Amino acid sequence: MALLEVENLHVYYGNIHALKGISLKVDPGEIVTLIGANGAGKSTTLKTISGLLRPRGGQITLAGEDLSAMSPHGIVAKGVVHVPEGRRIFGRLSVTENLEMGAFTRTDRSGIEADLERVFGMFPRLRERRAQVAGTLSGGEQQMLATGRGLMTRPKVLLLDEPSMGLAPVLVDLIYDSIKEINASGTTILLVEQNAFMALSVASRGYVLQTGEVVLQGSAADLKANEEVRRAYLGG
Amino acid sequence: MERAPVSRYRRPWIAAVQKGLLCGGVAVFLALVGMVETFAGRQIIVGVFSLGLALPVLTAVVAGYQGSQRQAGGVRGAPVVRGALAGAAVGAVVSALVVLGNLVNMRSMFVSASPAMFAALSFGRGTSGIPLVLLGAAAVGAVGAAASFLSAGVRRPLVTALAWTLGVGLFQELLQILLHAEGARSAVRELLFIEDGLSIRGATIVFALSWGSSTVWARRGGAVRQWHGRLPAPRQRVLRLGSLGGAVALLLLVPLAAGPFISQVLVLVGLFALLGLGLNVVVGFAGLLDLGYVAFFAIGAYTLGLLTSVGEYGIVGLSFWAAVPVAVAVSLVAGVLLGVPVLGIRGDYLAIATLGFGEIIRILVLSDFLRPWLGGSQGVLGIPKPMIGGFEFRGPEQLFYLTLVSCALVIFVAMRLRDSRLGRAWMAVREDEDVAEAMGINLVNVKLMAFAMGAAFGGLSGAIFAVMVGSVFPHSFQLLISINVLSLIIVGGMGSMPGVIVGSLFLVGLPELLREFAEYRFLIYGAALVLMMQLRPEGLWPAEALKRELHASEEVGAAAGPEDLAASDRRGGG
Ligand SMILES: Nc1ncnc2c1ncn2[C@@H]1O[C@H](COP(=O)(O)OP(=O)(O)OP(=O)(O)O)[C@@H](O)[C@H]1O
Ligand SMILES: [Mg+2]
Repeated sequence: MALLEVENLHVYYGNIHALKGISLKVDPGEIVTLIGANGAGKSTTLKTISGLLRPRGGQITLAGEDLSAMSPHGIVAKGVVHVPEGRRIFGRLSVTENLEMGAFTRTDRSGIEADLERVFGMFPRLRERRAQVAGTLSGGEQQMLATGRGLMTRPKVLLLDEPSMGLAPVLVDLIYDSIKEINASGTTILLVEQNAFMALSVASRGYVLQTGEVVLQGSAADLKANEEVRRAYLGG
Repeated sequence: MERAPVSRYRRPWIAAVQKGLLCGGVAVFLALVGMVETFAGRQIIVGVFSLGLALPVLTAVVAGYQGSQRQAGGVRGAPVVRGALAGAAVGAVVSALVVLGNLVNMRSMFVSASPAMFAALSFGRGTSGIPLVLLGAAAVGAVGAAASFLSAGVRRPLVTALAWTLGVGLFQELLQILLHAEGARSAVRELLFIEDGLSIRGATIVFALSWGSSTVWARRGGAVRQWHGRLPAPRQRVLRLGSLGGAVALLLLVPLAAGPFISQVLVLVGLFALLGLGLNVVVGFAGLLDLGYVAFFAIGAYTLGLLTSVGEYGIVGLSFWAAVPVAVAVSLVAGVLLGVPVLGIRGDYLAIATLGFGEIIRILVLSDFLRPWLGGSQGVLGIPKPMIGGFEFRGPEQLFYLTLVSCALVIFVAMRLRDSRLGRAWMAVREDEDVAEAMGINLVNVKLMAFAMGAAFGGLSGAIFAVMVGSVFPHSFQLLISINVLSLIIVGGMGSMPGVIVGSLFLVGLPELLREFAEYRFLIYGAALVLMMQLRPEGLWPAEALKRELHASEEVGAAAGPEDLAASDRRGGG
């Protein structure tokens, strides 16, 4: 059974119909990617799954349990955590404080300590800058911090929105390595990306979104080979 | 490119004159709004220097300091000449005003353009005083310029000494009251003061003493700090506790020494500090901009009034002590009730929405509809003073203690809240609401708790205000109170609790003590806020987080020697 399942999701901003009946599913332990042009509705999909937006129709279930009526913090408590796009870190708090904020809902002190170490192990730059105010980190470091903070919640399902946006190639590789590592340690990932090539190289399956609809889906290898996808998103 | 050397040669002088003209404009503005004349009544050094004179002098100092800033190097002494030039420019603008005032009667447009003002600006000589004005301003400008390149070790004590002299002169009334006693105290008074200001002898003594001690501290302060640093931790604790105890003891003695007037001012400062501490939870901790905060002040005051009044509108005649918890609880509930409708509103919109709430409460208590219960504009009268055993909190000297204890209590609670899980959630909401929500924080609860706690503190302040005045009227709860409280938080340092106290002392205490300021209160508020945002946006006593953000670059070179300190000083000034 799918771990996370979205069925026929309809979302509106006022009377703008942003998602027109999207369906997708993510199996346990998978990395699934959602690609598409600007404004296709990728972020909207993630926001709706994490409860920040209310769908007007459709269903979201986590291991069979309905999420669509739950509050955002209820959904976090169920283990679905959203790392929003655009490096939204807590600018006036230190790196460590940001990470600890990720563990806000947790009470297992030793587990939190261990996860802090894990994040620092994954991103040694953050360890070096643990006392620095997050607002003064470089863009790449902020993205590492946002991702690390998402990990601190110890999610079952991590919703990552454009983790590589605006990063230099070296940093993109670093972030993707960490995504693989997070996944290898048992976290299921739904990955939204502009960078379709990178996303399809780590994902097992993918969905292509266009103006609020899924126009194509399949294994990562198939999508990579698909003519249309190549033309539209892979630049070739 | 070719012209570069020329412009480098010429521009500093032009810039200096420009700065001088600008500062001159400020001086003229201060004169025309009447501040120079009003303040001339307050002697600092009797017969020599008044607060009115201090205004143009200060603008000339600033002009000189600023005018000398551009481009170091060049001819030795050039900055001083530039400073003098900038100062002279200030003098020229002021002289122009004097000449103009001599030629035409400006009073039809500027009420304050009185002969007395022109006299104050020209050393009482009218147009024939102009050379003196120009010379004096140039000299003062040169001094301002000289200050900018004196080494910190020399400048610090000088500035400190000047500030002390000015301060003692300004607060002579307060000090003379404090020294108003037989024996040694009165001897000190006679040594320093004559009539309503410092004597020349007194000014010299104050200057010399503060200059001396400041110089000694600059030399030896490091050694003392090292000595303190080397002490074992428990000894340091004892020292810290000791100085804290000393400060508390001093605070407790204040009303005895200072008498009713100053106690009254301090009670007011305390009440505003309470309001500030409460609003600080909402705005500083949780980042929710609430402009209707006065509502809770009003609700606390009215609840207490109705519960304790022995007058017409009193309902149960409770004692103060029984009524205070109720007043706080009612305010707390009101905080939640206000919170619910504005939960989804953010930023500027929240400010406007809460602004409405504040006005609604005031208009409600004024309304005919509620008059039978709240007394309309007549208010609720006959609120008895609190009693403990046989001790009555009769006047400001006694109420001072009530306010002090309340402040201590609220500071304690607010500190615990800040360091709690809830406090961290507030911080996250302040930084980024959406992400906080994505981290699993329950926005509804967290925001409502902020409104509730803030409202409870505000209600407590209102309750004490009610017993202080002995009655409550709708007109005590104007929007201006909300704005005052917000300003004092900003001036003190958003999110910082010591900042709230400092802000309250500056924005509430000072204007009460310096009556001349009262008339220009909001002009000075405005200027203080603008200056604050320019020079020290983190506030007078900033919270840790803000300080870190705004001075992140400076912190990198943490081992700042005196030279670095001087550099940061200059940055602060420019
Ligand atoms: N708050 C909003 N109000 C109105 N319309 C919105 C809002 N947020 C998004 N939209 C619209 O919904 C559509 C989908 O937006 P969404 O943010 O999901 O796109 P996206 O696929 O994430 O794009 P990108 O790759 O540029 O981030 C867009 O047309 C956008 O303009
Ligand atoms: Mg997006």
